[in-house]
Amino acid sequence: MYHYNDFDRDFLAERNAQFRAQVTRRIDGSLTEDEFKPLRLMNGLYLQLHAYMLRVAIPYGTLDSAKMRQLAMIADRWDKGYGHFTTRQNIQYNWPDLRDVPDMLDALAEVGMHAIQTSGNTIRNVTADHFAGAAADEIEDPRPVAELLRQWSTDHAEFQFLPRKFKIAITGSPNDRAVTKAHDIGLRMVRNTAGEPGFEVIVGGGLGRTPMVGKVLRDFLPKADLLPYVEAIVSVSNLLGRRDNKYKARIKITVHENGLETIRDLVEERFALLKPAFEGIDQTLLAGIEAQFAAPAFTTASVAPFKDAYHHDPVFRSWVDTNITKHRNDDYAIVSISIKAHGQTPGDATSEQMRVMADLAEEFGHDELRISHEQNVILPHVHRSHLPAIHAKLKENGLATANIGLISDIIACPGMDYCALATARSIPVAQQIATRFDELKLEHEIGDLKIKISGCINACGHHHVGHIGILGLDRAGVENYQITLGGDGTETAAIGERAGPGFAYDEIVPAIERLIYAYLDLRDNEDETFLQTYRRLGLAPFKAALYPEAKANAA
Amino acid sequence: MSKPFTPKVVTANALLEGDVVYLDQKSEWVRDLQDAEVVTDEASAELKLLEAEARGHEAVGVYLADVAVEDGMIKTTHFREAFRAKGPSNYRHGKQAELT
Repeated sequence: MYHYNDFDRDFLAERNAQFRAQVTRRIDGSLTEDEFKPLRLMNGLYLQLHAYMLRVAIPYGTLDSAKMRQLAMIADRWDKGYGHFTTRQNIQYNWPDLRDVPDMLDALAEVGMHAIQTSGNTIRNVTADHFAGAAADEIEDPRPVAELLRQWSTDHAEFQFLPRKFKIAITGSPNDRAVTKAHDIGLRMVRNTAGEPGFEVIVGGGLGRTPMVGKVLRDFLPKADLLPYVEAIVSVSNLLGRRDNKYKARIKITVHENGLETIRDLVEERFALLKPAFEGIDQTLLAGIEAQFAAPAFTTASVAPFKDAYHHDPVFRSWVDTNITKHRNDDYAIVSISIKAHGQTPGDATSEQMRVMADLAEEFGHDELRISHEQNVILPHVHRSHLPAIHAKLKENGLATANIGLISDIIACPGMDYCALATARSIPVAQQIATRFDELKLEHEIGDLKIKISGCINACGHHHVGHIGILGLDRAGVENYQITLGGDGTETAAIGERAGPGFAYDEIVPAIERLIYAYLDLRDNEDETFLQTYRRLGLAPFKAALYPEAKANAA
Repeated sequence: MSKPFTPKVVTANALLEGDVVYLDQKSEWVRDLQDAEVVTDEASAELKLLEAEARGHEAVGVYLADVAVEDGMIKTTHFREAFRAKGPSNYRHGKQAELT
């Protein structure tokens, strides 16, 4: 993984010193809140419902044990002993005191981390496939390019005051695990007819109040052209993006209003100017970064201990069947650690759990960890012989829940329990759904199912691309939950369809239950997933299950 | 005709901790909704809001929140204010743990 050089360290030290002085001046009264707010947001510090919140970037979701342990230390020393992993591969601390934030940023800098550009109208944390560098279906590890984008976008003078925030996601695999079609720019690695790797460039995707699936701007962009081409896109967005209305300022609206062809022409024109101006410096930098992302030295050992445990221990077998993904090395496995034990807050990990995961990465995982946009933690490189020991350790620490990709593996934003923008709660709805289906012991029978919950229209919980999406709203002073169906965040991306009127807080879990029983009745066979059944039959039978009284009235 | 005035409290978040605060009768910031001053007429509500806004070095994001008084207790009338007065529902953190 990438390690900071002197330039990175000096830059961060200077930024942190600046922010420390800004905090001091805010506290002594020299700065008003209006003056201070843009400064704190540039450094990831929000003021939420009950407290400040510090959002720390985990670039392309990659961590090592030292970084994870430092995140745990920060949680213990300056917060309430836990952190919340988010859908954009960040970690949020919900309870910092303003006076402590400069020290927290210095502690992050010690391990090469920061909170810069985790807010504001800038290029945000570049997110990536959480299986990058390990996945069996991968063309190339996309993280060197993601790191190049991080270096280029951090404090980029031209892009500090964009019309609106700007999000980039990247994957090196044809199977899209990074929701690239719901980002301002999505980069999906593909091969051309000559077999060379490059990128399909997708633009104008996004969720929020106007959800849109991204459109292909370039079928194939040679790898060497990536940075000037991305700069050309952001530059066009910067000029054309509407600053008169923040709801129309994202590039998805710019593409929609100007047309894809116009945007393409403008980007190509700008790219033609920029490409020679780069003089190949980006490629020199990239080569240096790539060297730091060399694959770990995979070990060879017998996988017999794994096979033995798999045969004899049903709990281990269930966990392997659900939480393990095929690695590009047959003797290895990718482990997804669920931080969604039934009834727990999706995405929250205690400092102790963070340390356990750091220890496992160091001992068994070539010192690598990833955070997924689905709010789980990944050990990307594990020799199969170590899986029984890892499982045992996870079990001791409440981390062995076998639910990856199942109904209780729910994405949920913080919602009105923490967020100042939220219109309803998300977390308790997720907790109740998970608890309910665990009681029913139906989770594994239901199979692949993605429920995603947002507590407001801004859609941090990705509800539009959930197979079942839940959107919490404030209807006349009461929490109300709308259901969307058939959303998909992968390479076959689709925006979910609204099922009908919303449900009250105490009606939403029973409604989900009716929906699931309807699916179990309707599916062709046990292998047909919820999404496949929905695509085959459409909304009508699910709607009938959700609103039985409407059916009765119509009869 | 304008809507009748409903009782209000002046509320904000404390500058240093970010914690929810309310103005009391002595114009001091207090942490417990029950210690807040309930304002019952529009003119004094507006005046208190202006005064509180001028104290931006103590508290941030000042506004008037609707409340009701029942049996001598101050009650919130919107669920957002209820969460602000109590804390999150997933952990016993915030006011529910800190206020005795």
